[in-house]
Amino acid sequence: MKLECKHVWEHISEYLDHQLDAGLLKDIENHLENCEVCSAILDSTRNILVLTADDRTYELPVGYRERLHKRLEQALREKDSSPEKPA
Amino acid sequence: MAATVEQEKELIARILAGEVNLFHELVRPYEKLVYVTIFTMLRNETEAEDAAQEVMINAFRHLKSFRGDAKFSTWLVTIAMNEAKQRLRRARAAIHESLDEDKEEKEGDFTPAVLTDWREIPSEALEKKEMREKLREAVAQLPPIYREVLILRDLEELNQEETAAALGINVTLVKVRLHRARMMLQKLLAPYLKTAAPAKKGFFGRMFQ
Repeated sequence: MKLECKHVWEHISEYLDHQLDAGLLKDIENHLENCEVCSAILDSTRNILVLTADDRTYELPVGYRERLHKRLEQALREKDSSPEKPA
Repeated sequence: MAATVEQEKELIARILAGEVNLFHELVRPYEKLVYVTIFTMLRNETEAEDAAQEVMINAFRHLKSFRGDAKFSTWLVTIAMNEAKQRLRRARAAIHESLDEDKEEKEGDFTPAVLTDWREIPSEALEKKEMREKLREAVAQLPPIYREVLILRDLEELNQEETAAALGINVTLVKVRLHRARMMLQKLLAPYLKTAAPAKKGFFGRMFQ
């Protein structure tokens, strides 16, 4: 089946997540081979997602872990903050 | 590396039985998960850190109510999301702004930006610090209902079912919102991607040769 670009765009997310059924996947791959516009959109979206998942995009503040466990230590010691015991 | 589900269950049982110090060990794999989840929503390091500490303490205090039918990480993320939302609400209430963050956008343009003179982002461009900053800004600009799905799926890399469970929505809605979120990001970032790439003869240019 011949697809229009707009139709391909609707399925970019599913394409990236490998959720398309075989028939539609084949049609979309055929389209992508011949359409630079859609391949550019697909590649740019994929690259953005790689960058989103990259550990360096969001980093922890310096000393975060130490401060967290210090505060937890206090909370764990407070008697009234202990997890409720089973009745 | 996170402990297996079974190991976590055992840890939780021991903590509830009184070995409270094991809680440090239980949450260690999720320190960044909780912080980043909150930071993407609050966009303030100091407040995100304070909120992340609150989340961990609350998780400890309510550990008994963790059912074990979801993953511990999913449960933590739910608490983190709620804490961040509460803080956002408080901040907004303080400036009398209306609360429409949960409104589903029925109408809207969720089509990607067309890049006719662009083929692939050079890896150097992606490596640049500015690109990461642009991405963080773009994520922050997404409406909350789209941003939260994107954070869980594409940043924390939870699967669809875990994301649905953490947000209390169904899987279909996760898919719809994720698609829209990704397309909005692509559109927001396209201008930077375009200038980062060398100019190429356009698609239409070739068409009429």
